Amino acid sequence: MVTSSITALRKARRQEQLVSKRLLREDTTAEEGGQDGAEIVPDPLSEDEVKSMMFSMVMGVLKVLELLRGVQRGSEDRKRSLSCLRWALRNKETQQKFVRLEGSIRTLIGLFTSSLADMQMEAARCLHELSHSSDPAVAEACLPVTSYLLTYLSGHSVEFTELCLYTLGNLVVESEAVRKQLLPQGVIPVLASCIQSPHEAVLEGLGYVLSQLLQAKEAPTEIIPLVLDSVLPQHMLRLVCSGLKAGIGAAVEFAWSLHYIICSHTANTALLSLGALPALTSLLLDLASEIPEDAPEGLELLICPVLRCLSNLLAEETGCEVQIQDERLLIALFLILQCFLQQHPFIIQECLWLLNNLTADEHFFCSALLSLDLLPALLQLLPCSQMASVLVLTILCNIAEKGPAYCQQLHQQPALPLLLPTLALPDPKVVGQCLELLHLLFLHWPEAAADFVRQGGHQALEQHQSIPELQERAQALLDIIGQPLGASAFSPCHAMLSAFS
Amino acid sequence: MPARKCPPPASRSAGCACALAPPPSRAMLSLPPGLRRRLREGPSSPPAPPASRAPLPSPAPPFAFAPRRLRLGPHHPLLEDGDVHRHLYLQGVLSSLAEVAEKPKVSEFSCHISGCCQAFDTLEGYEHHYNTLHRNVCSFCKRSFPSGHLLDIHILEWHDSLFQIMAEKQNMYKCLVEGCAEKFKSSKDRKDHLVTVHLYPADFRFDRPKKVKSGPKHVSSPKKQGGSMPMDVSMETSEQFQVDPMEIGPSENMEIPQPAASPGPSVPEERLYKSRIPSTICFGQGATRGFKGPRKKV
Ligand SMILES: [Zn+2]
Ligand SMILES: [Zn+2]
Ligand SMILES: [Zn+2]
Repeated sequence: MVTSSITALRKARRQEQLVSKRLLREDTTAEEGGQDGAEIVPDPLSEDEVKSMMFSMVMGVLKVLELLRGVQRGSEDRKRSLSCLRWALRNKETQQKFVRLEGSIRTLIGLFTSSLADMQMEAARCLHELSHSSDPAVAEACLPVTSYLLTYLSGHSVEFTELCLYTLGNLVVESEAVRKQLLPQGVIPVLASCIQSPHEAVLEGLGYVLSQLLQAKEAPTEIIPLVLDSVLPQHMLRLVCSGLKAGIGAAVEFAWSLHYIICSHTANTALLSLGALPALTSLLLDLASEIPEDAPEGLELLICPVLRCLSNLLAEETGCEVQIQDERLLIALFLILQCFLQQHPFIIQECLWLLNNLTADEHFFCSALLSLDLLPALLQLLPCSQMASVLVLTILCNIAEKGPAYCQQLHQQPALPLLLPTLALPDPKVVGQCLELLHLLFLHWPEAAADFVRQGGHQALEQHQSIPELQERAQALLDIIGQPLGASAFSPCHAMLSAFS
Repeated sequence: MPARKCPPPASRSAGCACALAPPPSRAMLSLPPGLRRRLREGPSSPPAPPASRAPLPSPAPPFAFAPRRLRLGPHHPLLEDGDVHRHLYLQGVLSSLAEVAEKPKVSEFSCHISGCCQAFDTLEGYEHHYNTLHRNVCSFCKRSFPSGHLLDIHILEWHDSLFQIMAEKQNMYKCLVEGCAEKFKSSKDRKDHLVTVHLYPADFRFDRPKKVKSGPKHVSSPKKQGGSMPMDVSMETSEQFQVDPMEIGPSENMEIPQPAASPGPSVPEERLYKSRIPSTICFGQGATRGFKGPRKKV
């Protein structure tokens, strides 16, 4: 993956146009692509070729009928025509031609609902290829299929159910029309009964459908209420939390589903009353204590949404934080940071977000962070990225804001030598937060101000006097440190006056 | 755990969005010793936080810091890289050949259901066949249904002798959608409901209207057909198929657009020959089979 395409993905996400789909195929990348995994797409077929393919598909079925009385085993012939179609349908143009061809989808439905078991499977694979199309028109051509996909979810083989689920999940994210149709067709009750399946592969596919549904823009008003009215939330929570013992694939999907529910902020009371907070907390502890020392493949895919769920649940005004006064949560966060820092740096901001929410109002977590001696590790994260810097500084502010005893410890650790280089950074947001922190330190622990001056802080502040959004605060701090030490001039009142003088 | 369940190595090593973010100084994070042990030990009694509970002055301008728990919506920039990582994970998932190859080949065996002799060489193939043809089979008329729910409704409507009597007094036709409690006077009313309320296709294959008025008694167990029909592509051999229950019409015609036999540039394009598959052919679940379903062993 080259940088430019990552940039493109970030941009697409910012424009809310990042559409993710999953593709189940039997064959490997090695078989169909180069070593870099680039997929080989078949050449587009002409309109006539598409027609002829449909024709031979139908003829294949007819041939079976001729042989009906005699042949018992699967004829390779009939299957071949459908697998040719499936292969051809990997091409976007062929997909578009196929759905425009009159009766094509109906034919696939006919095969899909037939009891020719292998034809049914091939038809499902064709539909799955279509669902992967990036052309919304192709997804909408599949509208007549959705009621059948739902009808067939309850039985049949794991492989078939899986195909139906991923096809649904792909269609759902591509087209609002599909979603609008699936809801009255009863997708939520069907998923609610399907979630009791013992098959991990089915559960993973089901979680995929849910996660795709729940991130729809209309989800907070149209979909989440239906999900909350079903048995789904308790099962989702159970499956996320059993992720380490049962299947991690399913746990990942349900964790993202929970994240989409929780970040909509429409359902959190319901989730809290299901015990989501203690359950996810204990999952995070388990995850952290079981991380292998080397490379924990894929674990970040579960950890990330779990962190998000916890952070957003903590942001609810419910006093729920009292339930999780457990310092091990901090240990878990830092172990996770240590583990993923290099390979998946995005986890840094996700962890720091939670750390902020834990320390914002809680003396308990501020104090535990200091007594566990985690401050040096927190300070090491300061230069990771702009976002990390602001978050680390904010967490330090959370601690400093708790009063003199906390500021004394920050001063002893020592935090100041690391703040000075931060002041030299070109980013006003980072510097601004750093100024806030210095203010709290000087306010509650004047010795810190004296030390700051000794370390050359005066000059570091002066360079910001010309930057509009920083100059007032820089000047106010200069005024404070300009005071002789011990002159109790740190009242907010004085700071304000000096700032406006 | 099958290979597919893990994110593919390709997207792992090269695909992570953040692997490309300029890495300033991201050395290993050094942590105090013994953290893992403390994590496993269980909760310890927390040390008392330093006692300075007196309300502290709130910051005065120009300072503005106040501790705040952040509540982030789905599109917040902080979540950007994590979302991209998730996207790459989803896009990269492949069923590997290794997984397919893992399916143990067994020596060829036949379906054990009497009258069905289809042969298989994988258990998966057999599982799918069994669930497609034999799992939800009506023991009275041997029809196969895609779900237990549809089978239950079928049995009630077609083989419960009280049904017709009851149906004259009250609404007895249950909605086909699981989770919907509506009942209707007739299958026609139900169909209207399916189409208008549940947005089902008007030709939903499992809600075929009756073609001939006929009591359930007439749908007697077929005797002759099916024994040699392993697939449900059935031939319509008797009138009886015309009396079809709520769905599964073996007599259904499937319209299939059919291009000219030798497609080429010279073929008049928009001209699709509507060929009708003979009415004897059914693509639906309408096959009547001669074997006994699992619900009722005979
Ligand atoms: Zn069989
Ligand atoms: Zn029956
Ligand atoms: Zn209904």
